[in-house]
Amino acid sequence: MWLTQVLINALVLGCLYACIAIGFSLVWGVLNVINLIHGSFIVLGSYLAFGLYQTLGISPWYAIIVAAPLFFVLGYLLQFLLLNRVINAPVLVTLTMTFGLDLILNNAMIYFFKADYRKLTLSPPMGSVSLFHAVVPIDRLIATVAALALTGLLYLVLRRLRVGRAIVAVRLDRDAAVLMGVDVKSIYAVAFGLGAALAGCAGVLMALVYPISPLTSSTFLGKAFVVCVLGGLGSVSGALAGGVLLALVEGVGTTFLGPEHATTLSFVLLIVFLIVRPQGLLGRKGFE
Amino acid sequence: MTRSNAALLVLLVCLAALPLFGGAYALRLGTIACMYAILALSWNVVGGLAGYPSFATAAFFGFGAYATGVLLNMGLPLSLTILLSFVTSFLLAGLLGAVLLRLRGHYFAIASLSLVEVLSELVNNATDLTGGGMGLNIPLASGSGIMADAMFFFYAMWGILLATAVTVIAVSMSKLGFGLSCIRQNETASGMVGLNATLYKSIAFGLSACFVSAAGGIYAAWVHYIDPSDVFDVLYSVKPIVMALMGGLGSPIGVVAGAFLYFGLEEVVWRNYIQIHSGVLGVLIVLLLLFLPHGLISLRPGMFRRKAKHV
Repeated sequence: MWLTQVLINALVLGCLYACIAIGFSLVWGVLNVINLIHGSFIVLGSYLAFGLYQTLGISPWYAIIVAAPLFFVLGYLLQFLLLNRVINAPVLVTLTMTFGLDLILNNAMIYFFKADYRKLTLSPPMGSVSLFHAVVPIDRLIATVAALALTGLLYLVLRRLRVGRAIVAVRLDRDAAVLMGVDVKSIYAVAFGLGAALAGCAGVLMALVYPISPLTSSTFLGKAFVVCVLGGLGSVSGALAGGVLLALVEGVGTTFLGPEHATTLSFVLLIVFLIVRPQGLLGRKGFE
Repeated sequence: MTRSNAALLVLLVCLAALPLFGGAYALRLGTIACMYAILALSWNVVGGLAGYPSFATAAFFGFGAYATGVLLNMGLPLSLTILLSFVTSFLLAGLLGAVLLRLRGHYFAIASLSLVEVLSELVNNATDLTGGGMGLNIPLASGSGIMADAMFFFYAMWGILLATAVTVIAVSMSKLGFGLSCIRQNETASGMVGLNATLYKSIAFGLSACFVSAAGGIYAAWVHYIDPSDVFDVLYSVKPIVMALMGGLGSPIGVVAGAFLYFGLEEVVWRNYIQIHSGVLGVLIVLLLLFLPHGLISLRPGMFRRKAKHV
């Protein structure tokens, strides 16, 4: 009985983790930048959902439609105006740059929203449903489906749309893409915008599941790291696999070792994966 | 010895005269300034010389602080505990380095960052030994009055800074420093000419850890109370990088000057705008990377004058 509960919890949580990580993975894969603002983008998305629900009564399901374009523009401008200037610098520079931007955004959120934990509670509550003898809250289930839908949407964008194929081309071989007439700088900006939009949407969904506070941004960022490394970089299916694996490890670890060791376990797993299989579960060697 | 290294040693010797001019507040500032300079100089060995973007500084700072705290509570004298944490962290970092430094670029950065998380979680959960999230109280070391205490810890931190500076200068003049520069420029090629890259990198990682750990120990004995979120703060990993970038990567005097300048800015911002201090730090980082990516050391007297055009 408890085994199905652990499995279902892991599946639900895994899809949400994938949604957190997918924008991060896209930016890392295409731009070769570790985007440390990602966690703060997610929290900002949560605040957007919270604000829209509290002031205008707009349900979080519709808040996604507002969040996606807003965050896309924010990310696009950030990349276009700031990050593109240092994009060819060594790892250390881009990493420190995004860290600085994260400090600014996070401090601004603490200043304007305060560090108190808030919770978006739907009224009336949606209750829960029983699946194979396991209890799953309905709002969490819908959030999972929405996370899956977003992930699928990104997959379609990358495969079907012209701009998506250009992003994939830049990721595979930047120099060849330039020779084919792709404007790399604007593709970088689009990819970063997409990453930010996905983070914003993930934040809207997270508002239903987790308490909201600027202090949680580093937790989200840590999850994104682990999922990316476990699953393999820059691929949609990799993020899904990594998310589910991380949720499973955390779930099983919590059940057998206690919740205080779950984080340690996931980071130890991260280091082991980095050393033994840096291309991740689904990544191809030499493609990282 | 180059001119800039000699200048660094002169600067440090001048710093030792600080207690002649200021009271307890000046001593406190001096102690933290020395601590920041130790962190930045140590990071420079692995980050500046070998070119590996390490975020593990906070891990070793916290390790040193907790090792010292726990040993002091067991009744060992301060000098012995500092020495013990110095040696253990060198060995530990050397071993970890042999494994982690196989990774490059982003992957190494993430692995070193997660080292901080792992150590912090371990300390957090070992409640019996470390007090866990409740923190650890550390007995007073001397108890001979406020000024004498402040003076003692200032000179302790200053002594470690001096040792760090001498070691870093010795490394940069030795074969080890040359080998690390080779690794930074082209690791594959340096392996081809017979350089034992893994050994060199491990030693560099160990050296970047042991002084940080000793500084963490002094810090713990100085503030008498530590908890995991304080000493394993990721900012301890990031600040040394900002200082090194500010002063100029790879140059010891540049890094120390960057550390002092950064600390001065931090203190001014902290005192006047406490609510937005981390945002101001962020703005500083962004501006620095955009407009002065090679640090203060790249500033030259004639830089801002318009150059004569070639005819």
